[in-house]
Amino acid sequence: MAAALEIRDLKKRFWHNGGWLDVLAGVSLHVAPGEFVTLVGPSGCGKSTVCNIVAGLVRPDGGTVAVWGESPPARSAATGGAGAGRVAYMQQKDLLLPWRTVLDNAVLGLEIQGTPRAAARAEARAMLRRFGLDGFGGAYPATLSGGMRQRVALVRTLLCRRDLLVLDEPFGALDAMTRGAMQGYLLRLREEFDRTVLLITHDVEEAVLLSDRVYVMAARPGRIRAERRLDLPRPRRSTDPGVVAEKAALLDLLHADMAEAFA
Amino acid sequence: MSVLRTAPRPPAAPHMDEGPADRPPDPNPRRGTETAPAARAGLRGWTAHVVPPLVLLTVILAAWEAAVRAFGIPFYILPAPSRIAGVLVTDRALLFGEAAVTLGEVMLGFAIAFVVGVVLALLIFSSRTVERAVYPLVIASQTVPVFAIAPLLVVWFGYGTVSKVVMAALIVFFPIVVNTVDGLRAADPDMVNLLVILGARPAAIVRRVRIPAALPFVFSGTRIAVATSVIGAVIGEWVGSTRGLGYLMIHANAQLHVDLVFAVIVYLSVMATALFWTVSLVEWAALPWRRAGTAGQGGV
Repeated sequence: MAAALEIRDLKKRFWHNGGWLDVLAGVSLHVAPGEFVTLVGPSGCGKSTVCNIVAGLVRPDGGTVAVWGESPPARSAATGGAGAGRVAYMQQKDLLLPWRTVLDNAVLGLEIQGTPRAAARAEARAMLRRFGLDGFGGAYPATLSGGMRQRVALVRTLLCRRDLLVLDEPFGALDAMTRGAMQGYLLRLREEFDRTVLLITHDVEEAVLLSDRVYVMAARPGRIRAERRLDLPRPRRSTDPGVVAEKAALLDLLHADMAEAFA
Repeated sequence: MSVLRTAPRPPAAPHMDEGPADRPPDPNPRRGTETAPAARAGLRGWTAHVVPPLVLLTVILAAWEAAVRAFGIPFYILPAPSRIAGVLVTDRALLFGEAAVTLGEVMLGFAIAFVVGVVLALLIFSSRTVERAVYPLVIASQTVPVFAIAPLLVVWFGYGTVSKVVMAALIVFFPIVVNTVDGLRAADPDMVNLLVILGARPAAIVRRVRIPAALPFVFSGTRIAVATSVIGAVIGEWVGSTRGLGYLMIHANAQLHVDLVFAVIVYLSVMATALFWTVSLVEWAALPWRRAGTAGQGGV
């Protein structure tokens, strides 16, 4: 079976202040079907650029990206991006359309795929219920709390019917308690909905609590510094000795990189 | 930080506790407890907005009335408010008939300018070539005073309705085009990208993101435009016409019926104000989401 995501030797540089800035210097990683993989790294290491390339928003300068064994189609005027429409993508900003109700936001992906309205809404209602948003279908996003808005965004992402979810710091803007609850919802993606997840975060604890495998990125230029498999029992708690040890190990890797960068 | 965070609970629990702000206690938690004070605050806000200008207006009118009586100013120089009120009553059939003509010109001119303006704005937005060719000319056209070409329009389109409709349309056109173009560009680029990732085609993105995001801009352009379009129609009527409030005004002025001139002015300002508020009302009804953030809980 093909990997859900296979990234090989990804390179990207941006023109910045009159010079080329190497953002990605040969990043390679893969995500197996059903796997929960996290990419952790300091801010500015190019994590989001990896996401944007996988989502098809940014063209790489070198390297290949294959989603379920398929390389991205040629850039077309119709989509404007290389891999648009192949993965479900969720960002730190919830990006709910303020003029749509919760229900209409949730069905956005289905609507674009051409699912009949009634069926799409029924499916969205069921999903909203499972994420504790029953009765909020008719509310506008502006009336919801940050955690609820992110849950709506998560429902919208799930309803895209794409088996690979790319989550770019989806809970970065939430407070600690809301984040904890949201991570619980994220685990359900894997356990109940059988989705494959690539999570991007700078939060080591989030990485250890959720992932099967973690890639540690180094900054300037962005590259994979280490890969760790986490064979810890689930459910995991932040106080479990194994979790604590893994957190420490990951932090050491990150700190070594920081020390290098500032030496 | 890690003390506060609990490990994710097993998937069986459907409602995770996310703190007080996030717990859904009942389907419509904000309705019951918060609309009453919100409505009261709304009413208080409304009277606070209406009462002061009314008081000021009454004071001005009273001073005006007193001055005219005290100094014995003749009505053909400055009629007293009471005399203007009398004209508004006795000549109501005349005034109403001419106002209907002017309002018809304004509405028609506005409708034409709105449709042409929005279509042109969409073209300017979607094509660089159209933008480069048309946009500078649209802006340059604003340096030509519409009043200066009013006589020409009468020469070209005659003394009838058409020249006034064109005048009103020309005045409305610019704010509609500029505001709509700005609005189409104002959409959050990340929201546009979201649609791209979901696989939407450009037309779907314009319809689902660009246009809804532009609507508040279109409405503010329209509000300004609709009030000023009355000026356009009146100028057109001044320059050459046989009907309308502008025509009535010029004739009344020539015959020193200054009280009738004032009555016409009252009609014109009421008309412009009513048009302004009509647009505001349509906006209120058409964009319920704009109220959502401020209605129940003071914005998020």
